Amino acid sequence: MEELVAEAHAPSQLNPDAAPILEVENLQMYFPVRSHGLVRRVVGQVQAVDGVSFQLGAGSSLGLVGESGCGKSTTGRAITRLYEPTGGAIRFEGKDIARISPKNLKPIRRDIQMIFQDPYTSLNPRHTVGTIVGAPLEIHNLVPKDKVLPRVQEILEVVGLNPEHYNRYPHEFSGGQRQRIGIARALMLQPKLLVADEPVSALDVSIQAQVVNLLQDVQKEFGIAFLFIAHDLAIVRHFCPEIAVMYLGKIVEIADRETLYSRPHHPYTQALLSAVPDVRQAAVGGRRERIRLTGDVPSPINPPSGCRFRTRCSLAKEICAKVEPPLLQVGARHKVACHFPGELGHAPQTPVTTGICGVDAQGNTVAGQTADIQLNAPGYDTTWLDLATGQRTGA
Amino acid sequence: MTDMHSNDGPYLSVEDLVVHFPTADGIVKATDGLSFTLGRGKTIGVVGESGSGKSVSSSAILGLHRGSSAQVSGRIVLGGTDLLMLSDEEMRLRRGKEVSMIFQDPLSAMHPYYTVGNQIAEAYLVHNDVSKKAARARTLEMLERVGIPQPDRRIDDYPHQFSGGMRQRAMIAMGLINDPGLIIADEPTTALDVTVQAQILDLLQDLQREFNSAIIIITHDLGVVAEMADDVLVMYAGRAVEYGPTKDVLTHPQMPYTWGLLSSVPDVQGDTNAALIPIPGNPPSLLNPPTGCAFHPRCVHRSKVPADLCTTTLPELLPGSQGPGHTKRCHLADPDELYRTEILPEIMPDLIVED
Repeated sequence: MEELVAEAHAPSQLNPDAAPILEVENLQMYFPVRSHGLVRRVVGQVQAVDGVSFQLGAGSSLGLVGESGCGKSTTGRAITRLYEPTGGAIRFEGKDIARISPKNLKPIRRDIQMIFQDPYTSLNPRHTVGTIVGAPLEIHNLVPKDKVLPRVQEILEVVGLNPEHYNRYPHEFSGGQRQRIGIARALMLQPKLLVADEPVSALDVSIQAQVVNLLQDVQKEFGIAFLFIAHDLAIVRHFCPEIAVMYLGKIVEIADRETLYSRPHHPYTQALLSAVPDVRQAAVGGRRERIRLTGDVPSPINPPSGCRFRTRCSLAKEICAKVEPPLLQVGARHKVACHFPGELGHAPQTPVTTGICGVDAQGNTVAGQTADIQLNAPGYDTTWLDLATGQRTGA
Repeated sequence: MTDMHSNDGPYLSVEDLVVHFPTADGIVKATDGLSFTLGRGKTIGVVGESGSGKSVSSSAILGLHRGSSAQVSGRIVLGGTDLLMLSDEEMRLRRGKEVSMIFQDPLSAMHPYYTVGNQIAEAYLVHNDVSKKAARARTLEMLERVGIPQPDRRIDDYPHQFSGGMRQRAMIAMGLINDPGLIIADEPTTALDVTVQAQILDLLQDLQREFNSAIIIITHDLGVVAEMADDVLVMYAGRAVEYGPTKDVLTHPQMPYTWGLLSSVPDVQGDTNAALIPIPGNPPSLLNPPTGCAFHPRCVHRSKVPADLCTTTLPELLPGSQGPGHTKRCHLADPDELYRTEILPEIMPDLIVED
């Protein structure tokens, strides 16, 4: 333990050349809304996730941030196949698992594991820690029964628990220790991808850092790729070299850490970042300058036409209501879904997306022009639209 | 701190507040000798981990432990009256009128069977001899003031029909309807998203300016404290361990526990390579708190104090080198130097150049 503390828990760095372990393309997850009464007809769809695409490199981590109801947890659950997606592809190591049958899913579950938010409800109170952590081994029938316990103890030690405590029940542990049990269970099968859904938000601040450092250590040690879902922008920034911001079921901006936090181009990302209270403000006093978003997030049953953020956006113009902005690549590793992308206070006067969407500046279709269909592909191109010149450029 | 005393005494003064709960296993010392003062129009931020006594202390101010087995002693002087000397009935008349509370989770703090409008109006009817019609008009006015759109339509909605942010606004309307002098906000924004949190904090500040209320804001988010509070009180195991003006405490913290709180949360603007240094171990049991300084089992600077002082003697809450307004409970001889040379380079390396 002393060595672990002494060693700096450095945040993982971005490796742009890592082969993608997970490719999500145009993922859709709709939940039916049924009418009351005897015949429960489907009267609408909650478009929880609507056309999400991203790539995650082996051993890397991608952060998914957004406010409640933006679809980040649904995305995570669709990728672990706790849900069957309505549409789109989830390619894990090149194989599409979006439509795979439950029987064929079992071997894949060994490689994709999940860490849940609430350490109090995600552990069975009637099972001992040994049973909980050893269950994956028994389910997948990997080792003989008498070899399970040594493996359990080994993994408990890895996550910083006393291996002699395998006989205890979850209620005998504190919140932070329980989260470690959840992590031990997820690590048991040596997965290649871990979906961590708000892994620290239920914990006390002093314990959060312990768990984040542990996750960084296991990531480094076992080379696990992380899909890190959280609403805490500071934790995500600390953990993930690459971050996607979601709003109402769509990715509005995806970029590497430095770009997203220092030069966000989407008005929603800018508003989100400016809303985070900052300890450093103590030196200045008073409140930080912030972009005030008014109102609430619209309903995903009946999302706004065109850009989903337009109802709360200060930049919104006519085109935003008519045409949905594509997720446009504006840097080597930077995509943004906005007609007027730019740094805060430097948004362009005319929409930059007219050529790509085949429309004029008011959003009316121009005859003879067609929209570029390649825009929702995961990953990044070698060339992108340079916002300063309006031309396509490369590295 | 200084302008607070320039008036005729602070509006709220808590002196040596003790809240103990006798249980079958022994006495749980939830709050053990807490003192602080708060002037009108000022905000104090109370920070600490779960179980540090933040919420227990503030519910004692509201007199919520009356009728339970809790043993409460000390003095809570609000506007010249010691609240602990009042009878239950006298306290009931003040609760909601002079002191009110905004709870963390508005969904469980509101009654699901009553409309939001009825619940808010009830708070007004209890303390004012007015007709139901007048109470409803006042409720509408408050709902509009806290920024609920179309209040005349929403007033008859049930809590579940409101979004999280709107529910918290309705809670604030309920808390402020009688124009109380003191508002206790117990983690008012913890359950909310950041953009909604910003809206609610803005609202609280606007209302504070308008009504000149004193606010106790209980939170674990030092960022919220930095932006909202004039003073900050850091609690650990039922005691204040550091207390002073926010700017002073957060820029020159003098107690290892405060350092730990600062170093265990990443900063959204700071260096991405700054390390997260957690506080080792877990919060202590209040049934059987550690001897000496309650923080000593988790403190990494214990070896810098001679003669096992930390394990044997409880340090007094005394002013440090930052002036008399900033007190801390620690044996360390020169915490400022230690913070500057050992802690700051680790957690905020980009701030070092200033010195």
